[in-house]
Amino acid sequence: MAAFLTASAAFVMAMVALGLLRVLRGPGRADRVMAVQLLGTGGIAALLLGGVGGGLWAAVDFALVLALLAAFAAVAFVDGARRAGRPDP
Amino acid sequence: MTAADIFTVACVVAGGFFFLAGSVGLLRFPDALTRLHALTKADNLGLGLIVLGLLPQVDGVFAALKLVAVWLIAQLASASVTQLVVSVIRRDEDAA
Repeated sequence: MAAFLTASAAFVMAMVALGLLRVLRGPGRADRVMAVQLLGTGGIAALLLGGVGGGLWAAVDFALVLALLAAFAAVAFVDGARRAGRPDP
Repeated sequence: MTAADIFTVACVVAGGFFFLAGSVGLLRFPDALTRLHALTKADNLGLGLIVLGLLPQVDGVFAALKLVAVWLIAQLASASVTQLVVSVIRRDEDAA
């Protein structure tokens, strides 16, 4: 069971890597942020799987922090996009 | 393979499938809005299924609640961030 969970964590990370291609190809900047959002969500899933599979409970707390930071990253992007051209306060 | 293990395997495989769907949707869909839709829906469902699948593997109610808390925060963050990103997409489309 632990091997299965760890293998599925690797699979999820492979999906995230696949999704990150959008960062290279994405025409718009919003597409790139979406790929980073996918990295956040996929990272959380892989952390949970790897943590529970490997018996490392700290990974669950780490996933909690990553969930918050992923949101802040996207909010920072939106704030920067809205502020384009104007100087920072 | 107890019932809990079978349930876990089924849910985690379904979760992985939705991550696959989300990634493929992100790569294949024509414009930004459909990609965002595919990404947000599929990934949150994938994460939810994975958390659901992990619940029986966790010993203790507190750890299970922590897993659900992770999923809840990811849901709330994803919902609000999607609205923000759409505002940027609209802005870019108007500018273009």
